[in-house]
Amino acid sequence: MDKTDRVVTLGELFRGCATIGLLGFGGVAAVARHVIVERYQWLSEKEYATVLGMGQVLPGANTVNATVMIGDRYQGVKGSLACVLGIMLPPIIILVILATLYNRFAEIQAVNYALTGAAAAAAGMVAGTGLKMAWRLKPGLIGMLIIVMAIGAIALMQWPMIKVIPVLIPVALLMTALWGKK
Amino acid sequence: MIDPLILWQLIRTFAMISMIAIGGMNAAVPAVLHEVVDNLKWMDAESFMHLYTVTQITPGPNVVIVSLIGWQVGGWQGLLAATLAILVLPCLMAFGVGRIAARLGNSKGFRLAQNALVPIAIGLIIAGGLDLAHAAHRGWMTAAITLINVIIVFYTKANPIWALSASAVVSIIAGYSGLVNFS
Repeated sequence: MDKTDRVVTLGELFRGCATIGLLGFGGVAAVARHVIVERYQWLSEKEYATVLGMGQVLPGANTVNATVMIGDRYQGVKGSLACVLGIMLPPIIILVILATLYNRFAEIQAVNYALTGAAAAAAGMVAGTGLKMAWRLKPGLIGMLIIVMAIGAIALMQWPMIKVIPVLIPVALLMTALWGKK
Repeated sequence: MIDPLILWQLIRTFAMISMIAIGGMNAAVPAVLHEVVDNLKWMDAESFMHLYTVTQITPGPNVVIVSLIGWQVGGWQGLLAATLAILVLPCLMAFGVGRIAARLGNSKGFRLAQNALVPIAIGLIIAGGLDLAHAAHRGWMTAAITLINVIIVFYTKANPIWALSASAVVSIIAGYSGLVNFS
């Protein structure tokens, strides 16, 4: 990552990550990029893809991992803590409240319909986010090939991540070293 | 006061699962189910699915399913123990890797790694979207909603919450109108 002169306060990190946590229905992948790249512009498209990629191949929650690195970049350890607290705390509070009420609203048909639509929408947003990143980053022929391999292994073959990722990383590195854009 | 043994089991179980959750929490949900339902017998599969449903209605990272299980098993202390257990090791690793990446900065090796990693990130996110779309599929209406949202996210900078709310409202109307059967 390039060095940055941009100042991002602890408060802004917390607010931004809380926004990701609170707006991320059906997973936070789509809204995280929206907040980090488009709204607050903490990272460029490429920086975000790099940080997210590291967050994905490491164990743990992808976006939480990514925000740990972003928080550290701007405010050190405190920044990381602000980000994790921001992304986790507000959703957990809502979660406990909803879990207490669950039996009362589980029977409401409207809730089920809304959930069905929201899940379909969230899926589209995640896929759309990936396509948008691909479009903006122009990964080149080798990059495209790596993208297709990842999609094929996970979505098409349904191979488990824990087996795919340790193979995909060295293969991608090798392909990039041999034929990738310099 | 929560039984210290249960507290320890929560910490051990979720710390272990955090290390196998490569590629995100969704990939680890089957392992969570297996541990919580089959091995530790804290709840039956149906209760687990109820908790999972609640996390789907709630905003936030998918990892909060673990917090909810902790809460169910051991109240506030359980929630705290489970949440910390699933977060601490991965966050420390992410922190360390982030520091190393920042130090490598613009070196040739790092740029090579970056050029390999960026397409992996993009591939995994698209694959995740496809998996979610498959799981969310309930006939042509849901497929149309998914597709429209792909287009909205791709072509606009709009806050995703608007399209999400609109999709939920459309589904409620479609469901009650009887035009669509979400089987």
